[in-house]
Amino acid sequence: MSKTIAEKIFEAHLEDEPFGDVSVLRLDRVFCHEITTPTAIQDLVARGKDRVFDPDKIKAVIDHVTPAKDSKTAMQGKILREWAKRHGIKDFYDIGHNGVCHAIFPEKGFVQPGFTIIMGDSHTCTHGAFGAFAAGVGTTDLEVGILKGVCTFKKPDTYKIQIVGVLPEGVYAKDIILKVIQEITVNGATNMVIEFTGNIVDEMSMDQRMTLSNMAVEAGATSGICLPDMTTVDYLWEFIKDEYSSRQDALDIFSRFKSDDDAVYAKTKTIDVSDLTPLVTFGYKPDNVKPVSQMQGTRIDQVYIGSCTNGRLEDLKIAAKVLKGHTINKNVRGIVSPATPKIFSQALEQGIIKIFMDAGFCVTNPTCGACLGMSNGVLAKGEVAAATTNRNFNGRMGKGGMVHLMSPATAAASAIKGEIANSDLFCK
Amino acid sequence: MKIFKGNVLFLDRSDINTDEIIPAKYLTEIEKAAMKPHLLEDLKLEGFDPKTDVQGKACVVTKENFGCGSSREHAPWALEENGINVVIASSFARIFRQNMFNCGMLAIELSKDQINTVFKEFGRSNAQIAVDVEKSVIMIQSKDQTKEIEFQISEFDRALIQTGGWVEYADKNY
Ligand code: SF4
Repeated sequence: MSKTIAEKIFEAHLEDEPFGDVSVLRLDRVFCHEITTPTAIQDLVARGKDRVFDPDKIKAVIDHVTPAKDSKTAMQGKILREWAKRHGIKDFYDIGHNGVCHAIFPEKGFVQPGFTIIMGDSHTCTHGAFGAFAAGVGTTDLEVGILKGVCTFKKPDTYKIQIVGVLPEGVYAKDIILKVIQEITVNGATNMVIEFTGNIVDEMSMDQRMTLSNMAVEAGATSGICLPDMTTVDYLWEFIKDEYSSRQDALDIFSRFKSDDDAVYAKTKTIDVSDLTPLVTFGYKPDNVKPVSQMQGTRIDQVYIGSCTNGRLEDLKIAAKVLKGHTINKNVRGIVSPATPKIFSQALEQGIIKIFMDAGFCVTNPTCGACLGMSNGVLAKGEVAAATTNRNFNGRMGKGGMVHLMSPATAAASAIKGEIANSDLFCK
Repeated sequence: MKIFKGNVLFLDRSDINTDEIIPAKYLTEIEKAAMKPHLLEDLKLEGFDPKTDVQGKACVVTKENFGCGSSREHAPWALEENGINVVIASSFARIFRQNMFNCGMLAIELSKDQINTVFKEFGRSNAQIAVDVEKSVIMIQSKDQTKEIEFQISEFDRALIQTGGWVEYADKNY
């Protein structure tokens, strides 16, 4: 057999190979948000092609700027809202029910092993955590996805990254993915799918796998896939229990997509994390990574905990564990944004929100917000943020601002200290 | 088919990301034309001034991993609105490259050596480029010299350029 999971998913969805070198794949899901979809909708309307291939396979959310901050963002929301209504797209999440796309769609059970998924958003690779082939695309690809339910991809080469060893205390999925990006660089996996394997990935929860897969694109990868296992099935069980006779039955079927033992990889790498320490980025590229110990004392103005990378319940828990009983430094503004309403209400029930508030954090509604510097915490020129997000590009959180990427634990410790700090200072 | 010839804008850096090509704050715009004045506004590159250096250019020549980061198709649109329909680099980020061809624009990959030679021989002059899509040849010229470089694009990419992009192609074929 000798096929990778990506090759198997491609084969199962192949619609056409028009010139041999590209595959046109049938799509199981097209996800939409209000930043990149309105332009696609407008263009479809202008071409006289205002149609959708299947309203049940299209899921949409307003997440980037919500509530709308001005007339322009209000118009983006309006275009998406009216379009969803016009085409009978039932799974559309608007204010009061909305959250960050890559957190809310998995949470609703929309992502399953073996699926093909596109979205006009580069971090769509997140959904690979479920053993799906999920890729970010531009507006035109999104448009065609909406219209015809197909997308073209080059046949994927796979980069197998094995993460092994014993994960030290205080080191998290975020530190691991920063390590991976540091080692393979920002274009180390361009045009490739990363397959994350190894005992550390096997032991990870779905929340942690999503953190890992989320940043695959920061190494250039098309998608970042984890192989489906019982953890995947358990997460999805409430959504799939009518389709399968037992969890084992579901796993057996999902396992058909797993890579064969003799599958051929374009590249492989093994990273032993047993000696890994918490990491943080410096500069404007996500592969500019140093141990926190070498960045200690770096001044910060704002701490942001949230986003599709680290705004899930486990992330909030990890940060709260560090924050508990502390208040944040008076020179620092702390912002936390639970990624979905469900995560928000669970965090409320579990007392996590109270810990954040007692520490002096501002708790915002679920949104991308400050992550891309469009709302809810834009930096001023010369300001520095410690963030659990995924991009430290120049100007990402506000023109002239600097972003250091780190785990929720490191972000929480840095908030208390008022400068970049290791969580072991506060969390013994 | 779009026009693939004119003055060259040399951007001597790798990993130029889409936030640098068009900052996120303009993503709230729904009209492509609104991108025009903001192309490369946040680019970190010594000696580069977006206010004066973009004008009158039709082609970008740059190094590795051009267009990395966000998937925004606003990046090719910002180029297109400024009359730049072709980018030549030693490599591209996947989504950016696909977006270019999907819009009927050209993203041409040359080897690192070829790009370095182009920078060395033409980077300091006012160079012009003309791309012949049928013959897969780039003609580059400055006051004192002319050079022809062959390139490769897939048949699929060529079909996208010739039919004016992926929407029309897909709606016809699938
Ligand atoms: S949280 Fe940030 S990275 Fe994630 S989808 Fe939103 S803007 Fe993009």
